[in-house]
Amino acid sequence: MQTPAHAGRLITPAMVGVALVLLTVPLWIAKVGLYQYIGVEILIWAIYALGFNLLLGTAGLPSFGHGAFFGIGAYAFGLTQFHVAANLWVCLLGGILAASLAGALVAGFVARRRGIYFAFLTIAFGQVFWFIAMKARNVTGGEDGLLPIARLPADFGIVSFDLTGNTALYFFVLALFLATVVALWRLTYSPFGRVLSAIRQSELRAAHLGYQVVLFKMLAFIVSAAFAGLAGSLFAMAQGGAFPEVMALHYSGYIVMMVLVGGGLVSFWGPVIGVVVFLLARDLLGAVTLTWMLWFGLLFVAVILFKPEGIAGVFQDLRRRFSRQPAAPAQPAARSTS
Amino acid sequence: MSALEARQVHVRFGDRVVLEEMNFSVAPGELHGIMGPNGAGKTTFFNVLTGRVRPSRGQVLVDGKDVTGLPPHRIAALGVARSFQIMTLFDEFSALENVALARPAFRAQALHGHRAAIGDPEADAAARLVLDEVGLGSKADVLARDLSYGERRALEIAVALAQEPRVLCLDEPTSGLGSDGIARIAEMVRRLKGRLAIVAIEHDMEFLFGLADRISVVHWGQVIAHGRPDELKANPWVRRSNLGRFG
Repeated sequence: MQTPAHAGRLITPAMVGVALVLLTVPLWIAKVGLYQYIGVEILIWAIYALGFNLLLGTAGLPSFGHGAFFGIGAYAFGLTQFHVAANLWVCLLGGILAASLAGALVAGFVARRRGIYFAFLTIAFGQVFWFIAMKARNVTGGEDGLLPIARLPADFGIVSFDLTGNTALYFFVLALFLATVVALWRLTYSPFGRVLSAIRQSELRAAHLGYQVVLFKMLAFIVSAAFAGLAGSLFAMAQGGAFPEVMALHYSGYIVMMVLVGGGLVSFWGPVIGVVVFLLARDLLGAVTLTWMLWFGLLFVAVILFKPEGIAGVFQDLRRRFSRQPAAPAQPAARSTS
Repeated sequence: MSALEARQVHVRFGDRVVLEEMNFSVAPGELHGIMGPNGAGKTTFFNVLTGRVRPSRGQVLVDGKDVTGLPPHRIAALGVARSFQIMTLFDEFSALENVALARPAFRAQALHGHRAAIGDPEADAAARLVLDEVGLGSKADVLARDLSYGERRALEIAVALAQEPRVLCLDEPTSGLGSDGIARIAEMVRRLKGRLAIVAIEHDMEFLFGLADRISVVHWGQVIAHGRPDELKANPWVRRSNLGRFG
């Protein structure tokens, strides 16, 4: 991922544009044949995918067990609600903390591994957590799930917003999505994020420049797990329960697919694109055929074969083609503008 | 006191002895060349000096302090920088970003996640200065992967230089270059000479004999000859290796 323009800014024009579009979604989403809940779902998975891409796209660490942290966030949100305090902020904090702690535990084992060994270990840990969620019926409710998790009101002291409606929940999740975008943009282009990217490009050089590679990898893993925990918490609230399904191996695979298809390796926004395409494909193709996954799988294969940079990579190519001045001498693009 | 010293360093991988017994030292401001045939263990020796390989026996000292077995990032933090024979750059970063990331000031704030890494004019100026030094001043914004081979060789050194090291280890800095490129790198190293301790592995005899204060000839995992360039010219092994063409 090349350093884009505006990398030094806290809020970029692209963010403002995305925010404006997303704010209008509840006005027209029903008119185009969709429904409010899909908007909530897309934003939650987008938070998850952006956090995941700090690990995959920036640090170059392929985790195939990230569903575990999403699921742990969901369960922790519910358990905090049942056993600690039925307060939205406390429950969100519980979800994020639980996922971060689990992330720290796993990171301790996987951060020294690379490539296929890293991937396999994350699969193994993902399976362990999934198995625990399935079998610890007393705590998690097993296959039936942890029910019923309430959509707690967003209490700001003087005002309190009821989030039981899908539109209200959409705006709440949108606020957290935008906060996530700002935080992760800043983190990706902070000194910390630059070192993560350097480690992906050459771990050897980074180490010889004085960077403690393992520490950086662990921190990236934990931060990424924390965002998965936040997304999982919101998902529990959206679904009204926490279920082991999202922790299963194929769900951990979905997030990898979303990020790769969208173009997370070349663009900050790639994961968001991937989530939108994946979930819309599920609903729109799914309405036509039960085998929608077959078609999405073929799309995935096509992307990997013909455009490994994903959909965002196609956009970047198009922009480069249109922005090229015919009269100017050919110059190598020093910086992408995504 | 030596800036960097190796005492009786022995390295074996399994049952294969790569370094038998390496004794070596470089003083502050000195340029110490290392030459020898392929497979003599020169790069392995560099890996020991910079912490990538832990020696089976022996000691490595930086400014008299024992650093044997410390990991690369700790040795780098002590002021020992290295370049790589096989180019090891951050290809998706611009030349400026490559250099900026290597600076100790950047490293000191590397865990900062709350502020932007870009747009600090002071840091930018410092990084540009390093690029100027290796003649890449006009290429600051070009991605490392888009630079020419010769420019990448220069950037390889610039990144190590940006670490503001006290000891600079150069692993075949002219590898793959033509005579013009070699001359440019030689000129660059000549300007650096005296400012810091430099250890250079090099195959190009003219380069080495023109620049080095002392040279160690490495063969079979040990130093088989050692001395000033003029002393070494009389050495039979050195003579056999075609030095006559340049000397």
